[in-house]
Amino acid sequence: MDTINIEGLGYREINERLRGMSACKLTGCRGQRFIGAGMGPGELTIEGVPGNALGAYLNGGRITVLGNAQDAVGDTMNAGEITVHGSIGDAAGYAMRGGRIMVKGDAGYRAGIHMKAYEDKVPVMVIGGRAGSFLGEYQAGGLIIVLALTGGRPVGRFPCTGMHGGKMLIRGCCEDIILPDQVTAGPAGHGDLEAFSEHISAFCQAFGYDADEIMKGPFTIITPDSRNPYKQMYVMN
Amino acid sequence: MKTEGQVRIPSGCAIAAVISREGRGMPGSLVSEAMRPMHERSNGLGGGFAGYGIYPELKEFYALHMFFDCRDTRKACEAFLKERFEIVRSELIPTRKIPSITGDPIIWRYFVTPLPSVLKSLQLDEKEFTARTVMQINAEMEGAFVFSSGKNMGAFKAVGYPEDVGEFYRLEEYSGYAWTAHGRYPTNTPGWWGGAHPFTLLDWSVVHNGEISSYDANRRYMEMFGYKCTLQTDTEVITYMMDYLLRVQGLTLEEAASVIAAPFWSTIDRKTDTADREKHIFLRRMFPSLLVTGPFSIVLGFTGGLMALNDRLKLRSMVVGEKGDRVFIASEEAAIRVMEPDAENIWAPAGGEPVVVRVKEGAY
Repeated sequence: MDTINIEGLGYREINERLRGMSACKLTGCRGQRFIGAGMGPGELTIEGVPGNALGAYLNGGRITVLGNAQDAVGDTMNAGEITVHGSIGDAAGYAMRGGRIMVKGDAGYRAGIHMKAYEDKVPVMVIGGRAGSFLGEYQAGGLIIVLALTGGRPVGRFPCTGMHGGKMLIRGCCEDIILPDQVTAGPAGHGDLEAFSEHISAFCQAFGYDADEIMKGPFTIITPDSRNPYKQMYVMN
Repeated sequence: MKTEGQVRIPSGCAIAAVISREGRGMPGSLVSEAMRPMHERSNGLGGGFAGYGIYPELKEFYALHMFFDCRDTRKACEAFLKERFEIVRSELIPTRKIPSITGDPIIWRYFVTPLPSVLKSLQLDEKEFTARTVMQINAEMEGAFVFSSGKNMGAFKAVGYPEDVGEFYRLEEYSGYAWTAHGRYPTNTPGWWGGAHPFTLLDWSVVHNGEISSYDANRRYMEMFGYKCTLQTDTEVITYMMDYLLRVQGLTLEEAASVIAAPFWSTIDRKTDTADREKHIFLRRMFPSLLVTGPFSIVLGFTGGLMALNDRLKLRSMVVGEKGDRVFIASEEAAIRVMEPDAENIWAPAGGEPVVVRVKEGAY
């Protein structure tokens, strides 16, 4: 695997050098944006702090970040996987429509905002720590999993605002979490967990956790309530 | 072409700040370098800095940093100042000629103290008098602009990218216990030196990333108390709001944060601490016109500390980190890593949650 020290390089130059490489490690990363944007099949490992929109429009590539990542990780990604060994900033997985994002630590505000799904395209986000406010805002499809492995409140305020598709799974009872009227939340049964277990196993494999232990739960599953659809965006309509 | 102040300015922007809780001096170049990885957040139409503790030998005097369009304006303004203040030092602010910064006005600084006889006849304290004088110059004196008016602090700003502005003002030659920085991305105006951040009044300075939608409501309210917004930029009005809430009304920093980034009524209703709930209800009822809506992340600088604050919906990013006695704040973690590669406890404050960092008593 080639290693490139990208200290002082701009994002255009970085992505140009990455083009056509099947496996590469970037070191000295410090805030360069758009790394791996639109990247097809291939492996990319990053040391340092990648800038905003890491793996935007990712199209089959696998990106591993050995520390924290900033805002808009996997913006509009289509396929592939982003694995972050630290925490991530705001708006991760913005409008993603395929592939998987796994974060060992916490996610900022608006993780999974406007995730969507289409036929076999089902995007997945697994957050090992806690998620900030507005988790799954306007979620239209896909799966969001919050494991809260470090304890504390699993999500901030106003989760699922405008959610109208997809599913959310939160480890814990979530009694003190206030959800909007247009979603239904309840304890997740065995049948419910089926769709999620593969992703929780992948998370455990990536970060060295015991999947059996985590699967013991309890889990809360949240889905939009089709009998009570979301009526208000900015005005009543 | 319309100049700044005649048109409204939405902006993107980058901010960064550092403070030493022990009050140890740091060169301004530290925060200037931190702006480099956030280059794309600015568009070269404004960069600026505020340094605290930079004039220890003249700390009893207001440091007026000024732009003048020509020598005659400066002479006229100087005559105006001499009727109101004792001027103990008057000099050009040292700059470095670099190709990336052009079109510089006359950049001057005066160290002044209000004449006691004038204060007595007007029955004003010196802060109020100095603030009013700054307002008067900026609103009425064509070609003159006070861009910094605090004691033992100073703002440095220009049209350009922030890292270039730092070089232009030779910030490596100043030592301060706290610094803030801003890179600007105005989209609707040519961008003028006075319109760059930070915006200041007395020792308050504000750098701001965002675009507030309550500008006019806030501005109209502030005008009732004599604050004149001359540049139509949202950050200017935030600066005056902080002066009003903190200096005039005597609120604490946390209370002022609860006014401008007030929690939603639904959040207040759910508060279990009755006294806290009542306090928030009171603040929202008392200052409804000072609620700031729309995206913002700001760093407020003041003598002895910094306060970072996000809008209650957190529509802008902001990260905080620490190392030893230093606390770092920036729009992006990468900027913090430039200032301190081994920064610890990196975290993102929640929307509306103020982060106040103070220098220990007696160290500033």
